[in-house]
This record gives sequence, structure tokens and C-alpha cells, in this order.
Amino acid sequence: MPEEDSKNSLKKFGKKIVEQTKKGKNPEIKLPLRNLSNIIYDKKSRTLTLGNKEGTRNFFNVAHAKKFLQTIEVASLIKKELLNTGKHEHLRGVFYMTKRTIPGTNVNIVDEQVESDKAIEDLEVITGLSREQLHVSANKMGSMVGNIIIKDAGDTIDCSKLGRGGYSIPSITDELSFSKVNADYILYMEKAAIFERLNEDKFWRKNNCILVTSQGQTTRGIRRLLQRLYEEKKLPIYVMTDFDAWGFYIYSVIKYGSIALAHASEKLTIPGVKFLGITADDIEKYDLKKHLIKLNDQDIKRIKQVVDYDWFKDNKDWQRQLKMMKQMNAKAEIQALSSKGISFISEEYLPEKIKKKDFLD
Amino acid sequence: MAEKIKAIELAKKQREISISEFFTKNRHLLGFDNPRKALLTTVKEAVDNSLDACEEMNVLPEVIVKIEQTSEERFRISVEDNGPGIVKQQIPNIFAKLLYGSKFHSLKQSRGQQGIGISASVMYSQLTTGKPTKIISKISPKKPANYYELHIDTKKNEPEIVIDKEMDWNKDHGTKIELELEGIYQKGKQGVEEYLKQTAIINPHLHLIYYSPENTKIEYPRAVDSLPVEPKEIKPHPYGVELGMLINMMKESKSRNISSFLSTDFSRVSPNLAKELCNKAGISDKTHPSKVSREEADKLIKVIRETKIISPPTNCLSPIGEELMLKGLKKEINADFYAAVTRPPSVYRGNPFLVEAAIAYGGDLPKEDLVRVLRFANRVPLLYQQSACASTRSIIQTSWNNYGLSQSKGALPSGPVLILVHVASVWVPFTSESKEAIAHYPEIIKEMKLALQECGRKVSSYIRKTVKAREQKEKISLFEKYIPELAAALSDLSDEKKSVIEEDLKKILKRGMKNLLAEIAETKEEE
Repeated sequence: MPEEDSKNSLKKFGKKIVEQTKKGKNPEIKLPLRNLSNIIYDKKSRTLTLGNKEGTRNFFNVAHAKKFLQTIEVASLIKKELLNTGKHEHLRGVFYMTKRTIPGTNVNIVDEQVESDKAIEDLEVITGLSREQLHVSANKMGSMVGNIIIKDAGDTIDCSKLGRGGYSIPSITDELSFSKVNADYILYMEKAAIFERLNEDKFWRKNNCILVTSQGQTTRGIRRLLQRLYEEKKLPIYVMTDFDAWGFYIYSVIKYGSIALAHASEKLTIPGVKFLGITADDIEKYDLKKHLIKLNDQDIKRIKQVVDYDWFKDNKDWQRQLKMMKQMNAKAEIQALSSKGISFISEEYLPEKIKKKDFLD
Repeated sequence: MAEKIKAIELAKKQREISISEFFTKNRHLLGFDNPRKALLTTVKEAVDNSLDACEEMNVLPEVIVKIEQTSEERFRISVEDNGPGIVKQQIPNIFAKLLYGSKFHSLKQSRGQQGIGISASVMYSQLTTGKPTKIISKISPKKPANYYELHIDTKKNEPEIVIDKEMDWNKDHGTKIELELEGIYQKGKQGVEEYLKQTAIINPHLHLIYYSPENTKIEYPRAVDSLPVEPKEIKPHPYGVELGMLINMMKESKSRNISSFLSTDFSRVSPNLAKELCNKAGISDKTHPSKVSREEADKLIKVIRETKIISPPTNCLSPIGEELMLKGLKKEINADFYAAVTRPPSVYRGNPFLVEAAIAYGGDLPKEDLVRVLRFANRVPLLYQQSACASTRSIIQTSWNNYGLSQSKGALPSGPVLILVHVASVWVPFTSESKEAIAHYPEIIKEMKLALQECGRKVSSYIRKTVKAREQKEKISLFEKYIPELAAALSDLSDEKKSVIEEDLKKILKRGMKNLLAEIAETKEEE
């Protein structure tokens, strides 16, 4: 029973703290820092990993007490309500399980979902278990279409026969199996609107590929699915995002991993993934200048951060892209391509880029 | 021809202005602008006189103030003291002749200055009710008391005696004045009660009993049994003298030559310096003072201003002192923290002065309001024209944000705070004759700010400590609330007994609490 391992890990964690209280020690939790200062970019494996810097969280410390309580509370709820019953719950559900007011105070154990989300991430780092092993799932945020047949919880799904919506990718993709895959590559895009456009144009059929999207940041389930298709089915993956620092970062997360989930990089990163667009050169080449959007203060701030990330720093191509973005003082959405005609993207832009292998690494 | 006729016409109109006419037209200058203020001013002048008299004769003052309403707009005010009393012949002059007094010509720290106060009240009473003012005064237990009823002859500015008799008075010595006037009795910040309360704060040696028009008795007890050090009288310093004053002094001088006039009638002028001043001004030092011309006097003043002369002696000042300010405040204001500062003497325009400030924080003081300001000059509360006063400006110009109070730009700070500012001087510069606001001399503002800053530093360390202590207490209670929650969750997680975990956590907190509580206790001790 996989649940038993998870339960035991959590129990071990609890016992360790109880031992401290028995000895009369201020209870503490040691855990690696999950911020930029403790993120190491491993140039060899090209992935982000967590460094050795540890933080200590004490219960009898005003600044830590609440977080300490949150971590223990979430751990005990996961053990009692999910693992013991074999049920799964969404991040949002865990938040509501945790949210209550401490008697005699006006303090809530958690006020915002980020707090319970963080507690779950803490538990992953502490126990070495993944969120999936803790029976916690995230919202489904992504879709997939293409010549691929998968098995999901006993059901067989043909992703070429799912109409305009496509297959709704579950938040846990570890247990999916691929019955049949007939595609040359995977095209992943940041915008669901573009996904819908390409699906309507039956781009995947004409070009023999699989289309995957998520709204904004790529969820863990999608990253794991992409990684598995890349590794198990040897499918190249091309990523399409907006031309802004946020879009570039989305690509880097798929490729190298993210700061928040550096502890889980191994199961999520895809170093071989390529960036298709939109690039600064595309803007010149496809004459998109009229459809640029001026950078705002946050965009500029984000560029400054991204430029300095170790995994962007040594990459001349990306430094050039970011520099040009700053010079243009503008960003562009993928949708800007529609200004060239409604199917310009599916009939000209993508086929040309892919044929010429006009990618960034 | 025409001009001559005009002059004659004018001459017909030109006559002496009677003192009552002058008073009626200029009553605002003397603090009788309206019925409210008239009532307060009268109480104030009488109480000031009582206190000055007691202190001059080394008697611990015991003053009884009584106000009765006699008709809708009339009040009978009586103020009785245990002072030395007034000799019979002087009584009519002191109470019923304007501009009569001993204080105007001397440079000495005292409450009254111009000798106009109480007789102005008598005049006001007479103008508004037509009734005479009643005085009883007794100078020795062996002698009977003298009783007078007085009017002022408003044309001649002379006393008009209505009744003059001897009587028994069950008191060793003292004076009582009773007069009736048109007035309005006001409560609140500018009322009699507030004035008396502030008087009690700034004069902790005073025992004051007050019967209000509602016939309630309010007693302000004495906090110290010693009198303030009697201020010494000093001669004027040359820097403070103006042309008119110099000419008058020269006329009245008994000295036979200008050089001895300068060295005997002024402080800090040695015979050598006197000669030097004369030489520089081009006046022969043998000249008789009354023979010095206006031009020469003018030159002399210029020379004085350009010459370096040591500051006047400052032993003429009698500060309240930090300890007594605290005593006075503590008995009348309920706060959590008090601090007081007495600055060393300083000089403006040749006049010695010193500034004292005190601050009270917390307790009953309202938390959200602007700070309460108590202003005093020579131990007299100033209730009117707060915004025109140098003390108010100094408070506004001090950055209270640095001391843990909130303050908007150009405004008084806010918070549960009372600030007291006292200026003692041989000559307090007021913005007007009604003595309501202190003039903005840079030297005075500078001293005020220094005193306020010191008070600020003291209060800020207190504020920081109380905030810290409160935070510590909150910490402990926070942990107490968290412990059962943590114990329950840990018990679920580890399958250990909840009660055991809870007890262990409580023990850890208790041990840690000793440190926290020790910190709080330490904070208290330091106060």
C-alpha cells in the first residue's frame, strides 16, 4: 500500500517533534530554504536543485509559531482525512479543511490558500514525499488534443476525438499510461485561446502533433505529463509563450524547474525542450511592431530579475532577447499574430518556424 | 484766518480722556473683551495677587474662591487669602486706582506686572453693576480688620470711599475682596475651574478651595509644604533698555553724572564699562544724567547694543523645579508616566528667563485627541490664544514622531499626552497687555524646544518600553492559545497522548516565560 509509506513518513515526522517536547526543548522543524538564495542551477544536468541552506522553524518564536502550527495541522489532516481514508483532495479543499478560528482568539489557522499550499510544499520537502503521494491534487488547468490514446483510471481516452475542448489533464498524471502515440512533436502553449484556434484549424491533424496548454503557469500535472511523453515516447517539445519576461520564465520552468518546486525538479524538468516563440526576431520578421504593448513597471522589474537568474545569465541568446525587449520597451502577446489573418499562426507562422527549426534553446 | 478758527474748534474738543472711557474702549487689551473672559480675568487677577502677597511674606497660601450667581447675568466673586494683609492707607489705592502698584518699576519675577489687574476688575464691576467693591484686610491678630467699600472716581482715577470701618474678622491676617459684575460662567478649557486646576498644578504649595456657582465645593490640596525660593529683584540689563525707558530713568536718577548712573542703575555695568560707553557715545562721563539730550541717549543705546556686556545675573529667577512640577501634575492629572525638565537660565533682550517643561502620558488622558497643552508664565496659567503662543509654536516645531507620538505636519502631536510649558522671567514678553500668549522671541523658542526635546526623549523610552511589555504579554497569551491546537495535531500525527504533549509544551512555555516576565519586570523597574 503506497499510502502506508506516506502515513509512516508523516508519523515519523510527528514523533520526532514529540521527542523534542518530551525533552523540554523548544520544538523545531528544520527544512531547506526554498528561496532564490538556496537555488542552485546545475549546469551539467541543466536543472534547478535545492541547496544545503537550512532554516529552523521554532514553535516558541512569535515569528514562526503560526507557520509551525500550520505545518503540523496540515500534516495531521492529510494523515487523518486523506491517507487513512484513501481519498484525494484538492489544494483548495485542504485549505478549507485547515481554515478555522483558534478558540479564544480571532486568529485563523490559515487565512489564505497560499498558506496551506506552502505547508504542503514544506511537507514534501520534509518527508521527501510528493504532493501526489500525500493525496493532494491541484486544479485541472490544462488540455490536450492529438493522435494519442491514454488510459486514465481504467478509462481509455482517444485525444483525437474530443471535440473543441480536448482532454482535460488531471492534476496527477503519474498513473496515466500511453496506449498509442502517433505524433512527431508536442506543441505546448501558454494561452488557451491559441490552443482553441489551432484545434479549430485541426493543426494537429495536418501537422501530426500533440497540442497541450495550460492557463498561465504550467501545472505540475502537465509538467509531469510532458516529461513522461518526452522521456517515454521521445517526442520533441516546442514551447510557445507571450513575448515578455513572464512568458520566458514559463519556458524556463518547463526546461529547468522552478524556485518553489526545486525539491521536485527530478520528476518535472525537461532539459531538451525548445522555445518556439514569440521571439524578438519574430517581431521584426513578421512585422508585429504595430501590435506591441508598452512595458509597465512590473514588466521592467521582472526583466531585471529574470536577466539575473543563473539559468538565464550564461545564455547569450536569452540575454539578447531580454536586452531587445528592454530596447523596444515593449512586449507582445501570441495573439498579436492574428493581426496577420485569423489562421496565419496555423498556416504560416508555425509551419515555417518548425520547418526551419527556428528555435531558441 | 480759517486755520485759526479750525484750531479753536479743535481746542474745544480737546480734553482729558477719562480713565473710564479709556478703559471702556480698550477693555480687550486688559482681558475684559466679553462677559465670559471678564469673569475669568477677575478671578485670575485676584488669585494672582493673593499668591504674590503670600509668597512675598513667606506664608503658605490658602486661598478660597467663591462665585455666586446673583441674577441671570450677574455674579458675585470673592477671593480670600491668608496673606500678610494690606495697611489701611494703601487699601483704597491698590484696589481703586488704576496703574498703581509696586511691580511695574521693578524687575522681578512675579505674577502681576503692570499693576493694572485688580483695579481694572473693580472698574469693570462698577461699570456693569454700579456696586462698590468690598475689601476686608487684616495685618495682625492683635489689630482689628479694616473694611472698605470702594468706587473709582473715573474722571480723576482716584479711589472714592463709600464705607470705611473697622470690624472683627476671624482670621490672623489676610485679605478678602468681593465684587459683583456682569459675566457669563463658562465650563471647559477656558473656564474658571480649568484655570484654578492649572493654578493648583503649577503652585503645588497652594491650598485652594473653590465654591462654584452650582455651590459645589472643590478642594485642591497642597502637595508640598515649602514655598518657592523668593525671586530676587534685579536692575535692568543694558541690552533690554529702550530709548524712552532710558530717558525716563535718567530723569529720575539720583546719580550726579551719567557714568555713575549707568553703573548704579543697571546690572553688569562696571564703572570702567560705564566710562567706555560714554566715550564711545561721545558723551562726557561727567554730564548730569538729566542733561543728556535725546540724540545723545539715542547714540548711547546704539553703543550699548554694539558693546559686549556679560549676561544679567540669573538668581532673580525662581523655577518650580522638576520635582515640584511632577508633584503638581501627579495630584491633578491621572497618567501612567510623568517627566519634567527645568532648563538653565538664559537671556533675551537683556532679560533673564528660564523655561520648564513637563509631560504626562497615558492614564485618563484621551488617546485619540491632540495633546493637551498647559501654558504658564511666571506660574500663571494662560488659557486664551493658545495658537498665538510661543509655547504652542515650539511644541509644533518639535518632531514628536521621533519620540513615538503621531503628529501631522504643522500641527500639535496627538495621543494620550499632556504637555506643560512654563516660562519664568523678570519680564515675560506677552503678545498683548491681556497677557495671554508669549511672544515669539527666538531665544525663548530655542529654550522651549530644548526642554520639550528632553521631555520627548524621556517619554519615548517609556512608550517603547510599555509597547514592548504589552507585546511580551501578547506573546505569552498567543502561545497559550496555540498549545492545545498543536498538541491535538501532534497527537493525531504521532499517535502519542494529547494530554502528555500539551503538558510538556506548557512546561516549556513556563520555563521560557520566566525570561519574558523578567523582561517585563525590568521594564517596570526602569521607569
